[in-house]
Amino acid sequence: MEIVYALAIGILAGAGVWLLLRPRTFQVLLGFTLLSYATNLFIFGMGRLALHQAPIISSAFGPVDPKLYADPVPQALVLTAIVIGFATTALFLVVLLALRGLTGTDHVDGREPHA
Amino acid sequence: MNAILRHLVVLPVVVPLLAGAAMFFLPEARRTARVTLAAASVLTQLSIAVGLLYLTSDAAPYIWPEGVGVYAIGGWPAPFGIVLVVDRLTAVMLTLGAVVALATLVYSVARWDRPGQPFHSLFQFLTMGLNGAFLTGDLFNLFVFFEVLLAASYGLQLRGGGALRVKLSLHYIAVNLAASLLFLIGVALIYGETGTLNMADLAGRAAALARGDRALFDAGAAILGIAFLIKAASWPLNFWLPGAYSIALAPVAASFAMMTKVGFYAVLRLSTLLQEYETLGAALFYIGLATLVSGTIGMLAAKHLARLIAYSVLISMGILLASLGLRIEALTTPVLFYLIVSVLTTCTFFMLNGMTDRTRVTDPPVSPEDGVREAEPEPVYVAYGIKQPSIASGEEVGIAIPAAMAFLGMVFVCCVLLVSGLPPLPGFLAKFALLSTIVRSAAASGVPISTWVLCGAILFSGFVSVIALSRIGMRLFWSVAARETPRLRVLEAAPVAALVLLSLGLACAAGPVTRYLDAAARSLHQPDTYIRAVLSQETRREQPGAPRP
Repeated sequence: MEIVYALAIGILAGAGVWLLLRPRTFQVLLGFTLLSYATNLFIFGMGRLALHQAPIISSAFGPVDPKLYADPVPQALVLTAIVIGFATTALFLVVLLALRGLTGTDHVDGREPHA
Repeated sequence: MNAILRHLVVLPVVVPLLAGAAMFFLPEARRTARVTLAAASVLTQLSIAVGLLYLTSDAAPYIWPEGVGVYAIGGWPAPFGIVLVVDRLTAVMLTLGAVVALATLVYSVARWDRPGQPFHSLFQFLTMGLNGAFLTGDLFNLFVFFEVLLAASYGLQLRGGGALRVKLSLHYIAVNLAASLLFLIGVALIYGETGTLNMADLAGRAAALARGDRALFDAGAAILGIAFLIKAASWPLNFWLPGAYSIALAPVAASFAMMTKVGFYAVLRLSTLLQEYETLGAALFYIGLATLVSGTIGMLAAKHLARLIAYSVLISMGILLASLGLRIEALTTPVLFYLIVSVLTTCTFFMLNGMTDRTRVTDPPVSPEDGVREAEPEPVYVAYGIKQPSIASGEEVGIAIPAAMAFLGMVFVCCVLLVSGLPPLPGFLAKFALLSTIVRSAAASGVPISTWVLCGAILFSGFVSVIALSRIGMRLFWSVAARETPRLRVLEAAPVAALVLLSLGLACAAGPVTRYLDAAARSLHQPDTYIRAVLSQETRREQPGAPRP
């Protein structure tokens, strides 16, 4: 599972970086989206991958072995990162549209390279 | 009483949050109410910051005997819950931020806050993010506060609209989004290795890491450092800054004076806390030197005052980073003093630029490379075909003060002295203290070549800024034929004059200020006090039923 997970992060991040370096604003936006997916998966992975384990430790049944539970902190971090990433992506989209409206082109420099 | 005073720590975050949120509920027409609320909030922050300055000092040992105040949010104990920590350095940064915020707010009321967008709310959120970033003792919380201040800065940056401004804002946002992702990756790596996000807890656990795990932790710390350096605008990650800062409206650019320093603060705080101060050096020194050189070259090339000021921000950043990179502990005090001076200078200079900009009779041809601003900002609403709200920017507010050009010229001269570091103003003291400390400690340890390179670069950058600024100054003030005398409002002139006087006061009171900064630097280099204060049990909330002292 680790290999698949790592490959998924790598492909997402690679595609994201490639798109980020493209000259069109929409490509940049998609690049950010892919990169933030990769980042979120990465944060999640840093809490160690575990199957069928609850993230919340309940001591109702006496002393517990933390090895049986998943780490809840990265999950909370991912939630925060998703929310913040969503908001900033929306903001970027608005600015992107504004630039498109003001300059008539979707190039990041606001003008076509050979125009 | 002491129990109440302990809550002062959280107020610099809560006050602007509440004020900014409350403003959303005020209708557009109630401008006076909004301004009053904003002013009340900023004044409260200033008094709280000064209070914290006093409480963390040795003069008031009865609350925080060691000068470190810890506030556990929600009462959760330290390594698990988020803590806010105030020590002398934090208090200094909070005070500086509040001074800048107050000056910019007064300045912006004169005419800049008119067009429809929620200027004052965003401004409050910006100060909230700044205060939070200085206060927090938790790595992920630091990320959140960074995002808060950046989100507010995106909105402020876009004010005024226009194709050029939107384009440069897009670049600014893109760079900062990428930096935020790097920040997250760094935090995640560090958490994965150490299992904690609390900075104080991190210090102990990082030291105890096994050799094999250490490599991943160092990678995480390095990625985090890159994210901070992007925010601190260090070369080669700083090409967004001149465009973004020079195109922002004057009060916005002035309030951004603190923003690059947050990145520097984070580097300083974490490097001392994690005791990475020694290992960090060499790279940081060369990065700082390159920033300094790039700023100097930029200053020679810039044709417009706003761009020139933006490059002077780079120079100051370069000096700060390179000095940090020399790994001389005694240098921390002059570095902090220089930081204060450079923030005040940048803020004053950007506000001055907003006023001298109006002396231009005809617009120069707008070249996209030069970042020249449009004479009258055209709102972003045009882009969406929305009907734009009325802009009353030509409207006169307040009394026009006489001898406007003389006043502007005087302030300009003061700013030049501050930037280049010439005698009567504290720019000189700051640079002198830096240079003398560098030379003294270099003499003790056999004078490495890097020392002389840095001294030379600092002196040369001062010389270059004199040349570049005099050139601009002659064009602005002596070629009278092509200029008209602007009408200045007291509201605009007063904060600028106040900041100049404040920096003059800083020069006169350099002794006490330096002593305080010295104490701040000393506690910075003895992180044990900080770590003990955060992780000790005393800072817990009082039990609900327990009798109060």
